[in-house]
Amino acid sequence: MAYDPVVYSRILTGLTLGFHIIFATIGVGVPLMIAIAEYLGIKRKDPHYTLLARRWARGFVITVAVGVVTGTSIGLQLNLLWPSFMQIAGQAIALPLFMETFAFFFEAIFLGIYLYTWDRWKNPWIHFTISIPIIIGSTLSAFFITIVNAFMNTPQGFKLDGRTIVEIDPLIAMFNPATPTKTAHVISSAYMTSAFVLATIAALAILAGKNHIYYKKALKLTMVCGLIFSLSTAFIGDLSGKFLAEYQPEKLAAAEWHFETTTQASLVVGGYLDKDHNLHYGLKLPFALSILAHGDPNAEVIGLNDIPADERPPLYIHYFFDIMVAIGSSMIALCIGYLYLNRKKRLSKGKEVPRFVLRLISFSGPLAMLAIECGWIFAEAGRQPWILRGYMKTVHGATTATNVDWMLLMFSLLYIVLGFGVWNVLRRMFRMNTPEEELAMRGANGGEAK
Amino acid sequence: MSIEVIGITVLWIFLYGYLIVASIDFGAGFFSYYALITGRSNMIHTIIERYLSPVWEVTNVFLVFFMIGMVGFFPDTAYYLGTTLLIPGSIAIVLIAIRGSYYAFSTYGSKENRFYKLLYGGSGLLIPASLSIVLTISEGGFIEERGNDVVLLYGKLFTSTYAWSVVILALVSVLYISAAFLTYYAHKAKDMRAMEVLRGFAIGWSGPTIIASLLVFFAIQRHNPMHFENMLQLAWMFILSLTCFLIATYLIWNRKRLGLAFVMVMLQFALAFFGYGAAHLPYIIYPMVSIHESITSPAMGIALIGAFIAGLCLLIPSLILLMRLFLFDANYVQGLQKK
Repeated sequence: MAYDPVVYSRILTGLTLGFHIIFATIGVGVPLMIAIAEYLGIKRKDPHYTLLARRWARGFVITVAVGVVTGTSIGLQLNLLWPSFMQIAGQAIALPLFMETFAFFFEAIFLGIYLYTWDRWKNPWIHFTISIPIIIGSTLSAFFITIVNAFMNTPQGFKLDGRTIVEIDPLIAMFNPATPTKTAHVISSAYMTSAFVLATIAALAILAGKNHIYYKKALKLTMVCGLIFSLSTAFIGDLSGKFLAEYQPEKLAAAEWHFETTTQASLVVGGYLDKDHNLHYGLKLPFALSILAHGDPNAEVIGLNDIPADERPPLYIHYFFDIMVAIGSSMIALCIGYLYLNRKKRLSKGKEVPRFVLRLISFSGPLAMLAIECGWIFAEAGRQPWILRGYMKTVHGATTATNVDWMLLMFSLLYIVLGFGVWNVLRRMFRMNTPEEELAMRGANGGEAK
Repeated sequence: MSIEVIGITVLWIFLYGYLIVASIDFGAGFFSYYALITGRSNMIHTIIERYLSPVWEVTNVFLVFFMIGMVGFFPDTAYYLGTTLLIPGSIAIVLIAIRGSYYAFSTYGSKENRFYKLLYGGSGLLIPASLSIVLTISEGGFIEERGNDVVLLYGKLFTSTYAWSVVILALVSVLYISAAFLTYYAHKAKDMRAMEVLRGFAIGWSGPTIIASLLVFFAIQRHNPMHFENMLQLAWMFILSLTCFLIATYLIWNRKRLGLAFVMVMLQFALAFFGYGAAHLPYIIYPMVSIHESITSPAMGIALIGAFIAGLCLLIPSLILLMRLFLFDANYVQGLQKK
């Protein structure tokens, strides 16, 4: 491949964000799960939930560390790889970026306090209270950083005068049309994914033959949360579809391979396109796209042919959209299935949740994370060729510096090392110190399940 | 004061904040590794860990804050620095990433891994060196515009006395600031053995710090005479800075009032840093970017300052809470608390 700083800058940014997103998602969702577990522990005087909260918190620190450093990476890389873009848009996105850092600062301070004050106060509620600023901080930082991205999708509230951006109205820029659905979808799916990541851990432990009631409580709690968050994610996803139809029709049309502007548009599931844009093996759901886009089966949906050829997003985003939606829907089904079986088990003694269900649950965390990555690639590649939709194309925002290829290599190595390190440390941390031992040490052995 | 002056002042305060907290952090990492290989680990390890554990995350935020504020107020800097700093900037990022994660890995994950400690301690010294390049570049003479392109003149940078003197100053002051703080902290923890070791470090690094500062003075005179002239106008700040240094060294030498001694060290750097910064104005990157031509939208400038104030109202009480719980809580500092 010939050296082209734009291509390498795109790959490197994608790589850094793709890696960061894993930890950022956990960073947004897991504090909420920790707080819920701690709350249940105190409320029900149940040491199992308290231990759950503690163990999750311990693992969480490791992921936070990587989240912090990769977040710093992307913060600095924005300037290094996209200097022309930052020169122009920097001022417009400065306010939400700023507030994101504030929110993160706030979270960092209270996380430090939270981790080192477990046994400091006699009243356990004081410690629980400290988790609230952590949740607020992590969720707000997701909110603000997503606003930055929303602005890039539907920029408004400024004028462009040559290479200078003038007359910025900070609030109008922040609360652009993409803001509500994007932020809500990001936050909700982060909660959902974190719940499933933790459910995966519990399911794997039970599959490995551990039958302490601790694991069952963990599984049930995470699956209930998973159901609530995946339902809300799906609902917000539907609103996002309506947003796209109105403000970014080209993204929706590319995702659905919808070429002709028609009414009663159908939604395409799966399949592939040949050179002449004929669909093979795809499933066409009549009316569905019109419903997704406008909530009305007879509504007109704009097709790709009405978009200038040099402003069309790549057609491969269809696959990412499909994977995201497919994973999201099967998660809801899985949660309902598990909760139903779990209830049946409780009513009639001796019946266990079938192993294949547990096995399915053990895939839910990685799959949910995959859905996050796919959804994100869909959203980002879907606004190509723009970096600032309608204002600046991606090719004009990138650095002109040489050596981006070497930097790509260096960062790839870094992420391999970090990924391996996290995996290694987390595994060792939890293998060496099992919950059973910890419960015994704390003198709170809730008894075996059988 | 105009918006841009307020903007650069606020940013400079954040950079100063980073300088202090990061120095303590970087230096602590180095001392921790140094003590490990010289077999004195058990003497100072607990003190360092007890201080660092609750605060390590906060350090990074100062840097990100400064970066974002810089682009927000002065977007042209993103263009010049972003393009030219690709390599040194990326190296700094990688070092910061390794350092941050391996700190967490070694503290919360597996205990006492020599390799992790080496990564942690070693990168802590390289980061200040790579970050100090930004200050060097801002003096002018190291970047050149060629048509649509901006390039960093590596040859010039690596052979510049000024660049090297800044790197040396960054290195030794990190160790000096850190040792001065940890001496105080160990004293508070009533850990006299650790205090003696750290006091030795503080005294040992005080001389090089002052020599390196003088070196920078001479180098700047040759490299950017105009900036040097401006600094002479503010000579009182640098003289006061030297006075603070002498008081701090006197106190540490005599093991007296170590808290005050650290405050003096902070003042010493504050005076020198703000004197340097004030003399640099109105230029941010000499002679390409000055503070006047950057802010194109007053509404955004005001909103940013508003966000700053609101944020500080939130942050300062939280930071005070953090310090009361961990820095100034006698039980915690002395390790009397259950973990």
